Amino acid sequence: MFESLSDGLQSAFKSLSGKGKLTEGNMQDGLEIVKRSMLEADVSYSVVEDFMAQVSERALGKRVLLSLRPHEELVNIVHSELISILGPVDPSLHLKKDGPTIIMLCGLQGSGKTTTCGKLSQLLKEENITPLLVAADLQRPAAIDQLHVIGDQLSVPVFSDKGNQDPVAVCKAGVDKAIKDGNRVVILDTAGRLAIDETLMAELKRIDKKVSPDQVYLVVDGMTGQDAVNSAGAFNEALELDGVIMTKLDGDARGGALLSVKQVTGVPIKFIGTGEHFDALEPFRPEGMASRILQMGDIVAAAREAHRIVDEKE
Amino acid sequence: TKTRQALNTDIRDLFKSEGRLVDDEFLNELFARLIRTDMGVASAEAVRDDIGTRFRARVVHFDDILESITAQTRELLAQESTEIQFAESGPTVILVVGVNGSGKTTSIGKLAYHLHSTGHKIVLGAGDTFRAAAVEQLTVWSGRIGCEIVTGKHEADPASVAFQTVEKAIEIGADIAIIDTAGRLQTQTNLMQQLDKIRRVIGKKIEDAPHEVLLVLDATAGQNAISQARGFSEAAGCTGIVLAKLDGSAKGGVILPIREQFQLPVKFVGLGEGLEDIAKFDSTTFAKALFE
Ligand SMILES: Nc1nc2c(ncn2[C@@H]2O[C@H](COP(=O)(O)OP(=O)(O)OP(=O)(O)O)[C@@H](O)[C@H]2O)c(=O)[nH]1
Ligand SMILES: Nc1nc2c(ncn2[C@@H]2O[C@H](COP(=O)(O)OP(=O)(O)OP(=O)(O)O)[C@@H](O)[C@H]2O)c(=O)[nH]1
Ligand SMILES: [Mg+2]
Ligand SMILES: [Mg+2]
Repeated sequence: MFESLSDGLQSAFKSLSGKGKLTEGNMQDGLEIVKRSMLEADVSYSVVEDFMAQVSERALGKRVLLSLRPHEELVNIVHSELISILGPVDPSLHLKKDGPTIIMLCGLQGSGKTTTCGKLSQLLKEENITPLLVAADLQRPAAIDQLHVIGDQLSVPVFSDKGNQDPVAVCKAGVDKAIKDGNRVVILDTAGRLAIDETLMAELKRIDKKVSPDQVYLVVDGMTGQDAVNSAGAFNEALELDGVIMTKLDGDARGGALLSVKQVTGVPIKFIGTGEHFDALEPFRPEGMASRILQMGDIVAAAREAHRIVDEKE
Repeated sequence: TKTRQALNTDIRDLFKSEGRLVDDEFLNELFARLIRTDMGVASAEAVRDDIGTRFRARVVHFDDILESITAQTRELLAQESTEIQFAESGPTVILVVGVNGSGKTTSIGKLAYHLHSTGHKIVLGAGDTFRAAAVEQLTVWSGRIGCEIVTGKHEADPASVAFQTVEKAIEIGADIAIIDTAGRLQTQTNLMQQLDKIRRVIGKKIEDAPHEVLLVLDATAGQNAISQARGFSEAAGCTGIVLAKLDGSAKGGVILPIREQFQLPVKFVGLGEGLEDIAKFDSTTFAKALFE
């Protein structure tokens, strides 16, 4: 697929060589091919449209280096634009000096919230901070057990209240316990829910109101498709997110939904999950993600090299 | 709450009551709506171009176009049968596979309940010996249903749990064994080979088993589901799909290209987290909901 993409670009721009500048007319075919690639990477349609409009505006009139074919110049611009939109990076958990920092993870069913609780705990433990995990998923069968197993594996305490039916009360009690025990960080593992499930979204808002988390992160499955704009939009509206974590990027998903989520929420992408083990959490790097979504690595590399040489000469 | 209000896939918006001229702008809008179902660029282009060929420069009405697209989709998804393929004699073995978190364990619970309540005797096999509390999760489901479950220790060989499950089914005269597996990504070669081993071990006990290998896909998934269908079919010989989480706002349109490329029938759809939230796949309902 990648080859046919490049082939398409080559022929689309053959006629351009040596023309010197990118124009509306000569960019059209190339933009169309980039757009197609992004849709195939699962970037939401509306996000692709806005992005392409923005890119073509930036690219218009740009000089094409003599050593480059115009399409290489365009793809390079698309790539840089993607990087700048996916950034800036901010892997900090913004821990407070005094009192516990409350982190809440939320998202659709099965996105990776509970596993990510473990991964964040591991990260904190490396800095000699022992968080308290709070089992606020009272919905999924054995969700509490799952968090306890994870806590045991990492030697991290887990607060749960099996008889309790109210996640708001569980979160409150968990936070109180962390204050009492002196944990610097509390991580709330909430139940997965659909963004269109009004009852459960309202419940999430009540937790938010009751314990005022310092950091609310949306955990998004890296394989998500077009619906990402809807779900991320709904979670952001309900909670005012502080960050996004995208999971399951250890496979071959291109992860275009991340661009959708970023555009809709505007909040920083904190980490990506790259496996089931607790150490499989990486700080987000826009460059790698841009390349992954676009999948035109060789063209970008060629263009960059050409620019580097010209910059050196000048 | 499970309404479809949040959807912006309403093709009706495209059509004023007096009809609209089918031109480039119209076809672009149509394309956008098609893409939003996750059917993918190629399928969306095919539908768009077909409409273009047939209706360009004409003024059309909603019902004409909707009927046309829905009919095509329904035709593509029309399938022999969504029934489970039962063994001729002895227990029917169903193996359930899929990527992490797609809905395997929950779908097993719901499917088992459905089969149980239609008079079958079920045994569940907790073949996910890897993920934290995966065994406990399936055990809760078996309790809700009131059926037998075979479990192994944490990190036990999943193939041996599968073998014991089939043994148990034979021993107690159950007619269906449903075996859970740990979530895995189709790119993880070793873990994919493990599925083949599970298959072979089951086959040692009952010759033509597993009779069904169900791939659970998450309806929120985008184009990666195609790679999942390919990878799991190759490694585990899938016989059908369960499309989970179709109660959300995602449309699950990616099963269209999957159907085209791999002929895998969708057998069930997941519509929630409760015991009864599963339904047989119906191509007419699905096609209609896709463009609602
Ligand atoms: N390959 C891979 N698997 C992951 C990753 N993160 C989580 N998982 C797996 O995804 C599945 C679901 O993870 P959970 O942590 O249970 O997801 P959840 O969001 O808590 O699910 P619910 O509580 O049911 O909504 C499990 O099998 C995890 O092991 C990742 O980065 N890569
Ligand atoms: N809304 C909704 N949620 C579902 C559906 N099917 C499963 N879920 C939820 O999705 C989450 C993951 O489901 P599981 O059954 O644990 O998924 P799995 O594939 O077994 O996950 P792993 O074993 O970790 O790979 C759970 O929170 C389920 O309750 C469905 O049809 N609709
Ligand atoms: Mg969870
Ligand atoms: Mg499972």
